[in-house]
Amino acid sequence: MNRPAPLLRQDNTAIVELNDVWARYNEKWVLKSIFLACYPGEILGIVGPNGSGKTTLLNVIMGLIPPEKGTVRLFGREPDKASRLEVGYLPQISQADRSFPVTVLDVVLMGLYGRLGLFRRPNRKSIETAMEQLHQVNMADHAQRPFGILSGGQQQRVHIARALASRPRLLILDEPATGIDSVAQEDFYELLAKFRDEQGISAILVSHDIGVITSHADHVACLNREIHYHGEPEFCLSSEIQRKVFGDHMKVMVHDPACVSCSKRHQNDS
Amino acid sequence: MIPDIFKLTFMQHAFAAGAMLSVVLAVISFFVVLRRLSFIGVGIAHSAFGGVALGALLGISPTITAIVFAVAVSNAIGYISSRGKLSADTAIGIFFSLAMALGVIFIGLSKAYTIDLFGYLFGNILAITRQDLISIAVLGGLVLFSTFLLFKELLFVAFDREVAFVSGMSVNFLDHFLLSILSLSVVISIKIVGIILVSALLVIPGAAAMQLTKRYPLMIAASIAVSLVATIGGLFISYYADIASGATIVTLASVLFFGAFMIGRIRR
Repeated sequence: MNRPAPLLRQDNTAIVELNDVWARYNEKWVLKSIFLACYPGEILGIVGPNGSGKTTLLNVIMGLIPPEKGTVRLFGREPDKASRLEVGYLPQISQADRSFPVTVLDVVLMGLYGRLGLFRRPNRKSIETAMEQLHQVNMADHAQRPFGILSGGQQQRVHIARALASRPRLLILDEPATGIDSVAQEDFYELLAKFRDEQGISAILVSHDIGVITSHADHVACLNREIHYHGEPEFCLSSEIQRKVFGDHMKVMVHDPACVSCSKRHQNDS
Repeated sequence: MIPDIFKLTFMQHAFAAGAMLSVVLAVISFFVVLRRLSFIGVGIAHSAFGGVALGALLGISPTITAIVFAVAVSNAIGYISSRGKLSADTAIGIFFSLAMALGVIFIGLSKAYTIDLFGYLFGNILAITRQDLISIAVLGGLVLFSTFLLFKELLFVAFDREVAFVSGMSVNFLDHFLLSILSLSVVISIKIVGIILVSALLVIPGAAAMQLTKRYPLMIAASIAVSLVATIGGLFISYYADIASGATIVTLASVLFFGAFMIGRIRR
């Protein structure tokens, strides 16, 4: 986690850049004067309570909601369909219909549909690409299994493989740990770090769980309609920032990876 | 020796129409079940009644007015519920009763009691003409071909709407497209099963297929099989037992569904 502080860079290399962005939802300001940047090879965590504008912020970044004021740059351009193809998006775990008749491979192939374009069907090469992604997340053995019978953690891996299939430069993850157990969560964040280190893929990761974010992100932004802090993870645990973001009645649970790996060992032993 | 049933022109027409419609409805049924559009199918079928009555009033082909009515109503329901102002089931509840009410008013105004109301409501295979076969082949072919072209997009939207949208799919267009082909399929099926019962064939084949498999290519194949067996088998039974064809087809389809349901339970 000891990475240089890209925040201080003033050059033009940010892949996501928000300058004084304001956004409204039903007449109410949900985002106020947001300045934010994410650089290549960086995991940026955004923490905030429910209703703090996290999902709106992601939608603004992807160009799904235009800001009232301010500018958004995605890979140096205005967010549009073309630049969205370079983003792999994982929505909040939906209550995915477990009876939906698709295999794991089918789901990953969907990640290629956007690049294939209209009227073109996935071919042998698409299947190879999809299988490669499944290898990366250790799910290749499950390719032909129905998606619905997988565990939450396995489904999340498949979602990542789908997001990676379009070869994105940026992953956007909305509460990726919802509904998966702590061991699977730890594996999941290791995977993100692996993609960052080996392929330079950046990630913007949104969560209400401040403990998880601080132990896995390179930089953290604390959001509650406005950004109260943007910087190194360690300092966002300061009580003043927390009070501003979450209010007074809030307790932080710091997640300890060592503990998770020992519980994993127990599993292997038994 | 050719059995009598195949010598009769109206039965030949009924079998040809039934076979073509089973395939079309089975494919639509796949999406109706996965997208949970069963109730909208009921609504569209009933709104076609308003269209049929308007055709009778204006003295033009009821098929054309029914298509216009059903496509308009289904897209209005889709539009209103996508804006989030009304839930889909409220919108359906209002629009389909409105369309039925208009149908009753139109029939009252037309004073032409020659229209075979019972036939439209419950199906009348005696009324299937060569002209109907041509329109079923053309419109049904159009539905199948366009679904084939947009299949991967429709599947993606059914599975994961949000990610499909972010991946550049025109989610709203695909919704309206699906509602439109659903409406077309309903209207061309009215003569054989009737307005009241056609929605059953939009739901049962897909639902039965879903009990049997977790792979979508197999599910589409199973849906077509259930639909074909129900329609052709239903026509046979209705001819020999001398009972209403639409009702027989739907009853047989339901029996097949419960069979599939049991098989699905046992295998689990």
